[in-house]
Amino acid sequence: MKDFLSPVLAIAWKDVLLELRTKDVVVTVLIFALLVGAIFNFVFAPTEELIGLIVPGTLWVAITFAGVLGFNRSFVLEKDKGSLDGLLLCPVSRDVIYFGKLLGLLIFMTVAEIVIVPLFAVLFNVSILDIRIPLVVLLATIGFAGVGTLFSAISVNTRSREVMLPILLLPVAVPVIIAAVESTRAILEGSSMGIGRWVQLLVAFDVIFLIVASFTFGAVLEE
Amino acid sequence: METSSSTEAISIRGAAKSYGAVPVLHNLDLEVGWGERLVLFGVNGSGKTTLVKLLATLARPDSGRIEIAGLDVRRQGVQARRNMGVVTHQPLLYDDLTAYENLRFYGRMFGVADLEQRISRVAGQTGIAHRLQARTRTLSHGMQKRLSMARALLHSPPILIMDEPETGLDQEALEMLEGVVQHEAKAVLMTTHNLDRGLSLASRVAILAKGRIAYQAPREGLDADEFRRIFDSYREAF
Repeated sequence: MKDFLSPVLAIAWKDVLLELRTKDVVVTVLIFALLVGAIFNFVFAPTEELIGLIVPGTLWVAITFAGVLGFNRSFVLEKDKGSLDGLLLCPVSRDVIYFGKLLGLLIFMTVAEIVIVPLFAVLFNVSILDIRIPLVVLLATIGFAGVGTLFSAISVNTRSREVMLPILLLPVAVPVIIAAVESTRAILEGSSMGIGRWVQLLVAFDVIFLIVASFTFGAVLEE
Repeated sequence: METSSSTEAISIRGAAKSYGAVPVLHNLDLEVGWGERLVLFGVNGSGKTTLVKLLATLARPDSGRIEIAGLDVRRQGVQARRNMGVVTHQPLLYDDLTAYENLRFYGRMFGVADLEQRISRVAGQTGIAHRLQARTRTLSHGMQKRLSMARALLHSPPILIMDEPETGLDQEALEMLEGVVQHEAKAVLMTTHNLDRGLSLASRVAILAKGRIAYQAPREGLDADEFRRIFDSYREAF
């Protein structure tokens, strides 16, 4: 277990250290998400009746597209000067690299969401004081970052990587986005109907894609 | 380290590699014994870098079998990587980490015991001790190359694989490279197109041309001018 955890933590720590120096991922994600929130707020000027319809979708659109930018940035940094090859030369299995990169991205996404979610609450004047909100955000982020890490590794080797990543990632991530939107909507509307079903879908998606992505990550990275 | 003195340090049997429809290596056989320093010469495009990528497990051969210290790189890649230090064209470093942080990160990835001591040793050996706290992006190309060599030596690998390591090094660094090649590993495979440098470091030489080993011979007894003529004949044919 130590042989697995130690390099996973080393990769995540290295990514955190790089992020503290460059602020490339978190700042990109935050600014993009805030711009989306502000624009949607002006466009829809939602009334109290429309809040439940508009806020969950807007929030997850912002997190999804901001996340795509963040995933791209994280792997472009690895590609610079061939440091991704440096990781591949290490005596660890490829799934260790996958989980290390995933952990780093999860930390960045979580930090960004800690700012984004309350800011959306303020912008749209909704209450987020419900313990189920962080649970849904965490589960959805794990699933989204899980597939995002895999598809970023694929797209970073293509010429049009900025375009390729959303084209590859979003169709696969649709179930997690729908589940996140629907469960957030139910929580904001104060209804507990169907939340369990959506949360189950999020958990199933997380488990399946973490396993599949960790197994396929090695094949994606080697030429 | 899981080395075995009964097997070759590096063994390549029938390795072939194409990129799309472009064949790069053809049914290549090559061995490096323990104690050997094989210098592989070849012009640009001869397949040297692709061969290094296959050995380093950065690319998969289309066919054939590659062993590092008796370990099949496909099935025992993790153990094989533990036995080799690799220097490539690119330094494989993080620009925004300091030299020390880069070495510490790779040391943790390789599970190096007594990491601080080992960092001090390789930093001294490669002449970067006074720049350990500098961000990598502020280092000159030559210093980054030295740091890259320190990274490759950090886990005391018995086998060194180096792709044109002399590029961008000054005279002092070239002397350091000579010391590393001759004393730091039990087996070395190094590619270059610098004939003088390669011949001075080799215990055996080989020429890679059009993805095949076209010539190989022990360095001892090999006349430098004769070898230059042989190399030039393959260069013209390329």
